Amino acid sequence: MSLMTWIDERFPATKVWNEHLAQYYAPKNFNFWYFFGSLAMLVLVNQIVTGIWLAMSYKPDATLAFASVEYIMRDVNWGWLIRYLHSTGASAFFIVIYLHMFRGLMYGSYRKPRELLWIIGMIIYVVMMATAFFGYLLPWGQMSYWGAQVIVNLFSAIPVIGDDLSIWIRGDYVISDATLNRFFALHFLLPFILAALVFVHIVALHKVGSNNPDGIEIKKGPKGNRWSDTAPADGIPFHPYYSVKDIAGVAGFLIVFLGIVFFAPEMGGYFLEAPNFEPANPLKTPEHIAPVWYFTPFYAILRAVPSFAGTQVWGVIAMGAAIVVLFFLPWLDKSPVKSIRYKGPIFKGMIAMFVVVFLILGYLGMQPATPGRTLLAQVCTTLYFVFFLGMPIYSKMDKTKPVPERVTK
Amino acid sequence: MSSQGVDLKKRRMLITATAGIGAVGAGFALVPFLSYWQPSARAKAMGAPEEADISKLEPGALMRVKWRGKVCWVVRRTEETLKNLKENTDHLVDPDSEVPQQPEYCKNYHRSIKPEYLIAVGICTHLGCSPTYRPDIGPADLGADWQGGFFCPCHGSKFDLAARVFKGVPAPTNLVIPPHKYLNDTTVLIGADDGGAA
Repeated sequence: MSLMTWIDERFPATKVWNEHLAQYYAPKNFNFWYFFGSLAMLVLVNQIVTGIWLAMSYKPDATLAFASVEYIMRDVNWGWLIRYLHSTGASAFFIVIYLHMFRGLMYGSYRKPRELLWIIGMIIYVVMMATAFFGYLLPWGQMSYWGAQVIVNLFSAIPVIGDDLSIWIRGDYVISDATLNRFFALHFLLPFILAALVFVHIVALHKVGSNNPDGIEIKKGPKGNRWSDTAPADGIPFHPYYSVKDIAGVAGFLIVFLGIVFFAPEMGGYFLEAPNFEPANPLKTPEHIAPVWYFTPFYAILRAVPSFAGTQVWGVIAMGAAIVVLFFLPWLDKSPVKSIRYKGPIFKGMIAMFVVVFLILGYLGMQPATPGRTLLAQVCTTLYFVFFLGMPIYSKMDKTKPVPERVTK
Repeated sequence: MSSQGVDLKKRRMLITATAGIGAVGAGFALVPFLSYWQPSARAKAMGAPEEADISKLEPGALMRVKWRGKVCWVVRRTEETLKNLKENTDHLVDPDSEVPQQPEYCKNYHRSIKPEYLIAVGICTHLGCSPTYRPDIGPADLGADWQGGFFCPCHGSKFDLAARVFKGVPAPTNLVIPPHKYLNDTTVLIGADDGGAA
């Protein structure tokens, strides 16, 4: 009896390998947009490993935190590299996830039967944002401090319970040592929850099967390929075809990623912001504060909405809605086709507008507010919601092209 | 995987080459993570040689100096003690310090540069406790033969006043003598000698 048989009788190793890799048939027409799922997992692993290493030298204490980060940068062997891998990894994670989500948006990967897959992905995105937010306080620089101050104060805009809620989150009346300590604990915990959610995301994916650039259900197409008579004709085994392809993606990604880590880890102030090289000072707000780039589109929406009726809660609601609306995407799209390849000019125009609006909002969120910029942010915020809330109407009106039987190149 | 019309030899070569290069890369990537665990520049700076002022040390007394976070003893020995160390060696495992637990210039019966002063790392060679200084002669608990020395309270190892280990105790070797040198008559530098820092 071979060792593998012995194991398989006790643990379904071969069965799992076959079901999820060697005999998991994915559509054969994946393009480069399909790199970003596996790259997101790579970055998550990078964040967990470098994060655990950083925690070995970091001190979650308001009097020691800033100096301990400098200690990592200067005194700990390779500490600068581990920290830059982590700080650049945070930005890389959002770049990869935004491209992964945009892939889903283009090819209709959220449509039936993948609604739950999309929702699990959205939960991952929200947990990721929380993790990034908690992590940003830890270096205890000026931007860490005032960024956390502003974001936690969003909760105090909630009527009636707001003030008590923000005090409960901080554990103090201002951002303090208590806040830092609990944010560190949460920043350490959440990545493991993320890893569990990624597992659930993949279980859901393998239940429904991958979508593809044509938006064709290969499981509903003809059967029979080189490896199996019952597998979809347009499917190829994930391993070795896509495992090897993903390794090529990893190599390309690492060239860019490590280029930034080694040569531009601050990325001109976008990945590591200049005020954060100054220790947190509760008595002095930096002249201009802005969140890290990956939050700025939502921050711009927050600032675009004026307060009225004696409360500023409307901006908070708009910012929350900008994220919540994404959860409902599977039911907003009424188009008879999934992929952008077969959608009509209205959808193509709308998605192009959405990309431009998202980028403009991201830019505006980094800039100090002026009346002109606020007006632009208000226009963009409106168009952001038009893209989603108008979708049930314009996706139905749109003139679609016929979808072929089989996947194309 | 189908293998019709496939150059299997070429495929095997490419797989081996790719996996091999990948393994080398992974090996390099591991270096920073392993090196990260080594003492940092700060820890190394704190492990720098330590100066000790021995001008106030009375004969028979012991002072403790911290070097690399470890306790170092400086003992000023009396004439009788030195005479005893030279002659009374039957109960010792390694009276001539054959095991390299000391710098070459301390390989003598008193295990030091100046016979009068013993400088030793006060960490038991058994499991790392710090032995107690027992200069008293023939105390009740250590027996009438006790001529003064160090007694480890953890597991009962015994050392004489040249930090040499007794026979029949758990500790296997003599205590460590750190590299040291005299900067002048009353100042000793622990952790470095003329051969450089330890």
